[in-house]
Amino acid sequence: MSMLSIFNVSGSAASAQSQRLNVVASNLANADTVAGPNGTAYKARQVTFQTQLMGETGNDPTAAGVRVSTIAEDQTPGRRVHDPKHPAADAEGYVTYSNVNAIEEMVNMISASRSYQNNLEVMNTAKTLLLKTLQLGQG
Amino acid sequence: MLNRLTDTLDFQGQALQLRAERQRLVASNIANADTPGYVARDMDFAKTLRAITGTPGRPTTIALAHAAHIGSGAAGLSGGRVGSELLYATPAQTNLDRNTVDMDRERASFADNAIKYEATLRFITGNVRTTLSAITGQ
Repeated sequence: MSMLSIFNVSGSAASAQSQRLNVVASNLANADTVAGPNGTAYKARQVTFQTQLMGETGNDPTAAGVRVSTIAEDQTPGRRVHDPKHPAADAEGYVTYSNVNAIEEMVNMISASRSYQNNLEVMNTAKTLLLKTLQLGQG
Repeated sequence: MLNRLTDTLDFQGQALQLRAERQRLVASNIANADTPGYVARDMDFAKTLRAITGTPGRPTTIALAHAAHIGSGAAGLSGGRVGSELLYATPAQTNLDRNTVDMDRERASFADNAIKYEATLRFITGNVRTTLSAITGQ
């Protein structure tokens, strides 16, 4: 039943995409945070995907799943706004916000949710086919 | 005689397994749509099926110790047997992260392969029915 590993493949992809969605959510939630307790503002995070071979033998090139290899922090400097009355302002009167780009994150979110849906559809089709295979010769 | 009865079934069985392999292959491509550097793979279905069923020297035939033994017929398709016959998809549009998955094409291949899998299932069911009605003689 080589089709059973479709669930592993698509499942790993769906899990990776949901992790990406999680990261997007925390980026968006922290879009307006200023310097935290450690003195530095929140840095946007990005996931990196990597192919992971699966199947019965674990190295089958026809069953390529996905895993999140790294979650990297974006090192670009954060947005600086001149606001001397802000409690988190530095000596020059500037407040450092996080370096999250809300537009990029929204695009990332749409991409992740579409990929997630694609993988779910693949799993549904595989399930239908397998169920029909089980009924082979009955009808 | 029995060989002639089951030859068609054997062929359809091989085709079904190959369809399942291709389904998994396309699923892998869809799963890796966002993986940087991933190269989409596909197979030449007709060529692979011909290679599995048509070649005279079948690799996994069982040696017969007695003239009355029934041969194993066509070769079985093991897990990653098509690995060597996989082809690389030509990207329709280049991508910044060197990923060559074309989602439109993959979705189309997936739907196409699913329909053909079902068709093969129906061929098998039809074959079994025909054989059964031939046996019962009605």
